[in-house]
Amino acid sequence: MDAIGHGIIEAFKLIFSGDREIFEIVGLSLYVSCFSVVFSTCLGIPLGILLGTHQFKGKGIIVRLIYTFMSLPPVIAGLTVFLILMRRGPLGSLQLNYTVTAMIIAQICLVTPIIIGLTYNMVKEKAPVVNRLGITLGAEPLARMKLLIYEMRVGITTAVVTGFGRAISEVGAVMIVGGNIKGQTRVMTTYISELKGMGNYDRAIAVGIILLVLSFLVNAILYNFQERESR
Amino acid sequence: MRSKKRIFASVLALMMVLSTALVLGACGSGDDKEAAKEPANPKLILATTTSTKDSGLLDAILPEFEKESGYKVDVISVGSGEAMAMGEKGEADVLLVHSPAAEKEYVEGGHADKDGRLDVMYNDFVVLGPKDDPAAIEKNSKEDAIKAFTAIKDQKKTFVSRADDSGTHKKELSIWEKAKIQPKGDWYVEAAAGMGDVITMTDEKTGYTLSDRATWLNVGKNTQLKIVCEKDPSGVLNNQYGVICVNPEKNENINAEGAKAFQTWIVSKDTQKLIGEYGTEEYGEALFVPNAK
Repeated sequence: MDAIGHGIIEAFKLIFSGDREIFEIVGLSLYVSCFSVVFSTCLGIPLGILLGTHQFKGKGIIVRLIYTFMSLPPVIAGLTVFLILMRRGPLGSLQLNYTVTAMIIAQICLVTPIIIGLTYNMVKEKAPVVNRLGITLGAEPLARMKLLIYEMRVGITTAVVTGFGRAISEVGAVMIVGGNIKGQTRVMTTYISELKGMGNYDRAIAVGIILLVLSFLVNAILYNFQERESR
Repeated sequence: MRSKKRIFASVLALMMVLSTALVLGACGSGDDKEAAKEPANPKLILATTTSTKDSGLLDAILPEFEKESGYKVDVISVGSGEAMAMGEKGEADVLLVHSPAAEKEYVEGGHADKDGRLDVMYNDFVVLGPKDDPAAIEKNSKEDAIKAFTAIKDQKKTFVSRADDSGTHKKELSIWEKAKIQPKGDWYVEAAAGMGDVITMTDEKTGYTLSDRATWLNVGKNTQLKIVCEKDPSGVLNNQYGVICVNPEKNENINAEGAKAFQTWIVSKDTQKLIGEYGTEEYGEALFVPNAK
């Protein structure tokens, strides 16, 4: 118990000492996760809406696949991206493995299905009502689409935050394709795992606390938004 | 509604089947244990380096120990640094590590039992590089590690470092030190990973790295790397392993008897012979040279 208490005290000292390495790592974590979430959102919301508003052959299987990929184990995403990007793989000439770009690609593979899936569910529920309302008001299809997105704003935020939570907290994919290289591809989760590996528990706890606080902040903002909008 | 109920029922049935299987499985393994000789505390934690595990040595020799003694060995394979940190905290019973300078400190710090550290075996390190060897190490310094490291640094070729406080990492740092080089810069990649991962990374980055021969022989066949420098006559590339029992006074959970049994077993004549034979079949050369006194 002493070791943990001591670790926590040291952790706070580290956080407030302004250790440059730790802040660079936090910065890279945020960069990678934000970038992949923004990309996934731009891709996932239109796809989710299309899927929710159109009927076509094979839709059932696609929806089932997306649900499966919503809980895709990060190591599998990482392994797949690694195999495609490795020098003897199909995209080997790009030499992308162990770069930040590869980490973003892997996270996009993890986050996009979540955003598609959650959007699809909302659309399925809301689209008929919103469409009927839109038609009654005499709105054009594009305007009806805007109305639909506006009506789903709370749900979309939840989807984005869920995706962000997955991206910032996963370690399997970024470890495989990023390699946790100091000053290049090291992010909070891989750093914690490395620090544990080196028996440096104080720093591991410090980074863990920062990660938790960040998650808390993001979710607190979401909660406030939901409260305000649903009043 | 009915279909929902049916799904629920089938999920429930599946779970019941699975849990029954689990319970039965657990009972089954319990029966097996009774068949073997049972020491008072059969659970033994061995903290060791990634290289003994990655090279396949432990998988090859440990079943022999478990069968003979009835102990069940949990292998925690980490860097030598963490293995010794675990020993210091009393989280492991026995250590098999390769970082002689740090081991000496460990024993002097009172973290070992009365027998201290015993030599077990050694293997050697090799410098790996891409097949086309852009720093021309194989040509100019095939048997001179310090010269090889200097060439990599002078030409700013990518070098992937374990950077994980492991025995291999310490060995690498000691070579840089002997070459009077402070490794720093874009060319010096600090991976903080195990040997197998670092070899893969070196291959992907077409760089150089320092590896123990055993892991190289085991992992290397999947890469496009080759040995560019080895068998330095100065001995700078040698890698000595030691076995240390953790001081049983650390806490009451330490399995001192098991640790001692393991230590005695691994330096025994028969085991030493096993170690010396490991790898000859698969690789055509022994991976470790036993040298217990």
